[in-house]
Amino acid sequence: MSATYILSVEKRDVQSALRNFFSSVLRLEDIGSLLVPMHLTANNSVKPVLVSDPGRLEGADPLSPAFPVNSAKIISSLTRKPVGSKIAAVLRPCEIRAFVELVKLKQASADEVVIISIDCLGAYSNIDYKRFVSDKKESSTSMFLEMMLSGEKKAGEERPLSAACRVCEHSIPERADIRIGIVGVNINDQILVQALTPAGEEICRNLGLASGQEPQGRQEAINSIVAQRKTLRDEMFDKTGNATNSIGKLTEYFADCVNCYNCRVACPVCYCRECVFTTDVFNHEPYQYLQWAERKGAVKMPTDTLFYHLTRLAHMSTACVGCGQCSNACPNEIPVMELFRMVAYKTQKAFEYEAGRSPDEPPPLSVFRENEFVEVVGIGE
Amino acid sequence: MDDFEPTIIAFVCNWCTYTAADLAGTSRLSYPKNIRLIRVMCTGMVDPQYIIKAFLEGADGVLVSGCHPGDCHYINGNYKARRRVKLLKEILPKFGIDDKRLRLTWIGASDGIMFSEIMRDLVRQIKKIGPNEAKLKMVI
Repeated sequence: MSATYILSVEKRDVQSALRNFFSSVLRLEDIGSLLVPMHLTANNSVKPVLVSDPGRLEGADPLSPAFPVNSAKIISSLTRKPVGSKIAAVLRPCEIRAFVELVKLKQASADEVVIISIDCLGAYSNIDYKRFVSDKKESSTSMFLEMMLSGEKKAGEERPLSAACRVCEHSIPERADIRIGIVGVNINDQILVQALTPAGEEICRNLGLASGQEPQGRQEAINSIVAQRKTLRDEMFDKTGNATNSIGKLTEYFADCVNCYNCRVACPVCYCRECVFTTDVFNHEPYQYLQWAERKGAVKMPTDTLFYHLTRLAHMSTACVGCGQCSNACPNEIPVMELFRMVAYKTQKAFEYEAGRSPDEPPPLSVFRENEFVEVVGIGE
Repeated sequence: MDDFEPTIIAFVCNWCTYTAADLAGTSRLSYPKNIRLIRVMCTGMVDPQYIIKAFLEGADGVLVSGCHPGDCHYINGNYKARRRVKLLKEILPKFGIDDKRLRLTWIGASDGIMFSEIMRDLVRQIKKIGPNEAKLKMVI
């Protein structure tokens, strides 16, 4: 299901058009609040903000290339219990996919959420965003839009998107209630609003939007982005695979890891309420360390680094949406996302699963069938 | 590699494979000393973490062995174990841990002879693969 509407853009100002759209959504009777990325302070830090007053949307900027947190976790805490009114959430496609995973894990509820999502142009890493925005302030987002949609880099702005965004083939939201189309659209003139679900359709009807059609060439523009991303993704898989194909190389890959567990905290789908690595199970007895040191001659401290990363892979790789917040959170610039996406691609394929694709597909490790994977049984050579 | 004696950790379920090991013992059948049996109540309780830990600590092979499909004392623990082993067989080879180092078998309580044969076969195969790289490394 997909009905297309048109939102006209005045004075080439797409950001104002979006703000007006959000404000009219927030004025609808059954929408109680709106979660949207917003500029917070003079230094242009962007965070998701829960807005209840339609007049307070002046800093809303979902197109800004800032992606400091994956909002799936925020929606999870907002929907833990019913509140009696709907939240309209403006999410990136990877946030939606992580949210779908959390709903399946019963750590979030989709009952009171209306998801609005914009064709994702990607984001910079936290550090790059800060540098990008520092001298541009207000004009930063429009400059980013211009560069991304025209494909032309501005002089002195050779900054690449974050590694996760560069290889993301899911930049067009699939599971939103309302999708806002900007790829392959002349956004100085108009943007697309597409209702993908009955709930989205109802909102569009209530807003009285003008019907329209996808411009010719939009699908082509999308296909070309996806194809390019997939090529880059496969190159990344090869490179990462070669860098980690033995335990020795994997140790090197994580050599800078200090067991801070930031990647786990930032991960939207790391679902354990209490991580085993911070429990007493890993509060080893002093003699235990000595025993390890004696057995191997030397032991790296803190211990359990690879153990931690491999366990996390076993736990969440089938739910990994590749949002890259793990890499964003790493204080030592370890390419965590690259490794996790590479393994996730393989494990999800093995179970014919794709994280975030559908709320109806059960997480692979939550189910089993009687006659499956017979090839893993036995000790035949 | 002739003098290489592998260490193989075997997680065996109380109701089937451990009972089979017991039967092998009472029938005076022998099996190689390379196998370190760890009795668990069900293969369904073998957390992937146990297996990862065993490999990182330098185990040359890990065996998970439980009841035949349909015979699980807890109805379906062995099916869950099978999915977890499948998952690890996707992850571990990416990091150079040979997929054949991790094995899953069903050995019923009355299969004492089969138990000792499978253990011998397993040791032979792991010897062929060679020692686990992690054994000598400072990784945990």
